[in-house]
Amino acid sequence: MQNYFQPEIECAAPEQLKKIQDERLVQTVRRMYDNVPYYKKLMDEKGLKPADIQSTDDLHKLPFLTKTDLRDAYPYGLLAAPLHDCVRIHSTSGTTGKRVVAFYTQNDLDLWDDCCARAIVAAGGTKDDVVHVAYGYGLFTGGMGLNGGAHNVGCLTLPMSSGNTDRQIQFMVDLGSTILCCTPSYAEFLAEIIEEQGLRDQIKLKAGIFGAEAWSQEMRERLEEKLRIKAYDIYGLTEIIGPGVSFECEEQTGMHINEDHFIAEIIDPDTGEVLPEGTKGELVFSCISKEAFPLLRYRTRDICVLERKKCSCGRTLIKMAKPMGRSDDMLIIRGVNVFPSQIETVLLAYGLSANYQIIVDRVNHTDTLEVCVEMNPEMFSDTVKQIEAREHELMDKLRSMLGISAKVTLKAPKSLTRSEGKAVRVVDKRKI
Amino acid sequence: MTIDQISVFVENKPGKLVDVVETLGQNGIDLRAMSIADTSDFGILRLIVDDTSKALAVLREADCVTSVNPVLAVSVEDAPGSLAKVLRALSDAAISVEYVYAFITHEPGRAFVILRVEDNEKAAEILTQNGVKPASGSALQ
Repeated sequence: MQNYFQPEIECAAPEQLKKIQDERLVQTVRRMYDNVPYYKKLMDEKGLKPADIQSTDDLHKLPFLTKTDLRDAYPYGLLAAPLHDCVRIHSTSGTTGKRVVAFYTQNDLDLWDDCCARAIVAAGGTKDDVVHVAYGYGLFTGGMGLNGGAHNVGCLTLPMSSGNTDRQIQFMVDLGSTILCCTPSYAEFLAEIIEEQGLRDQIKLKAGIFGAEAWSQEMRERLEEKLRIKAYDIYGLTEIIGPGVSFECEEQTGMHINEDHFIAEIIDPDTGEVLPEGTKGELVFSCISKEAFPLLRYRTRDICVLERKKCSCGRTLIKMAKPMGRSDDMLIIRGVNVFPSQIETVLLAYGLSANYQIIVDRVNHTDTLEVCVEMNPEMFSDTVKQIEAREHELMDKLRSMLGISAKVTLKAPKSLTRSEGKAVRVVDKRKI
Repeated sequence: MTIDQISVFVENKPGKLVDVVETLGQNGIDLRAMSIADTSDFGILRLIVDDTSKALAVLREADCVTSVNPVLAVSVEDAPGSLAKVLRALSDAAISVEYVYAFITHEPGRAFVILRVEDNEKAAEILTQNGVKPASGSALQ
């Protein structure tokens, strides 16, 4: 079975891929230098000129870009194409101060659609498939990304977006959805409802393309069994393009990176030094064919391993393992990026101590966030009513800072761990 | 007219209440009256003690969060309906009661009622008009 969308790239000889990367990198660096003053300044500070970058072998000379740069340059500071050539914006789910806006030209959307189309075809998708996209649509990249990919393959596409589970299942039955695209936790929820309603035999699903959150091998097996599908992983981030930066093939042992558009590196998160293939480190991406927002050497903070082994699917594209953690302390809760420092800011502004604990769990397929704080005389009162009013006020402040709600639990003073050295601020109980 | 009541924050977990009470006992503090208001996460332990300032010092030493509030203590006849009369008088005067708890004293035939209201002065006035006299702290010693 030939499960390729663009075999000339997906199965290209390594030297041919490198040639494409070399050319595109040189062009992109030139364009960034000429069109993005913010980036020119970064290169100048390193004493770099575009001519210093002749091929991917020179990639390590370029400065890193981080989320801080994106924030500093918000909104237009890293735009590399004229605004009138841009046709769409997506944004991270990030919260105040951390929001990132990414721009797309029509070409950018087209290549993104190709990336997602490769993922759909790798999961067995053809023109005859009915692709059920239950990722959120809107500023979030998930829905529109897979939607474009499915169009590109020629599949009948159901732009379901997220939520309204009964309707999701009704459409799945009535229209015979064959490929489900959503977060793995939502897939699990759907599976449960399908089971409850005894509809499994009326569901025609054969594959699922799941991403946007971490999920384990155990979860894969559970989803495959419950939905009687093959479950494929997909990876991406808004800063780079969205879903489809990399995708899984039938081997299901890591995700092939679309190397004609994105160059991946693994670096030591502390020193920034590039690490050899097969070594665990921080994943860094350079966009080499995007026009509007071609970030170079963007530090994802995802801890990962890259390996270019011969894959039984025939693809030559390098594979990345499932990210196994983060090099910063960011949490992803219900799809929203949450930094403990944001919570700390709210607590301190509220006059509470910096001794707090964040407990993240997953209950009924939904992430829960609990913030344990130590009671202090200012917050205390002799009536429950008043304490609860202050508790609610604090919850409101947390919600407006984070964009998601958190439960506040009051603890006795000095009851939260004050360990020697580094305090344990986050307890993540989610089983993934 | 009022007496001082100490409130202590207590986590709603086994062993937390006894810790507080033990601390007081070990330091020779005698409890005159107490009540607990609780939620699923925490409780508020309210205490009338023989030596408020010493109790506060001891509790702070033990890292407890405390507050002190003036509350009304009234002596009523230990008979059916006497508390109702007190509360009715306050209610008729539009004084709402935050909480109330009662206990029996050494004085035969009398009970003490602790009342937490928003306006102590006004409440005391109403009670006096109705023939109920708020007790001073010494009455509880």
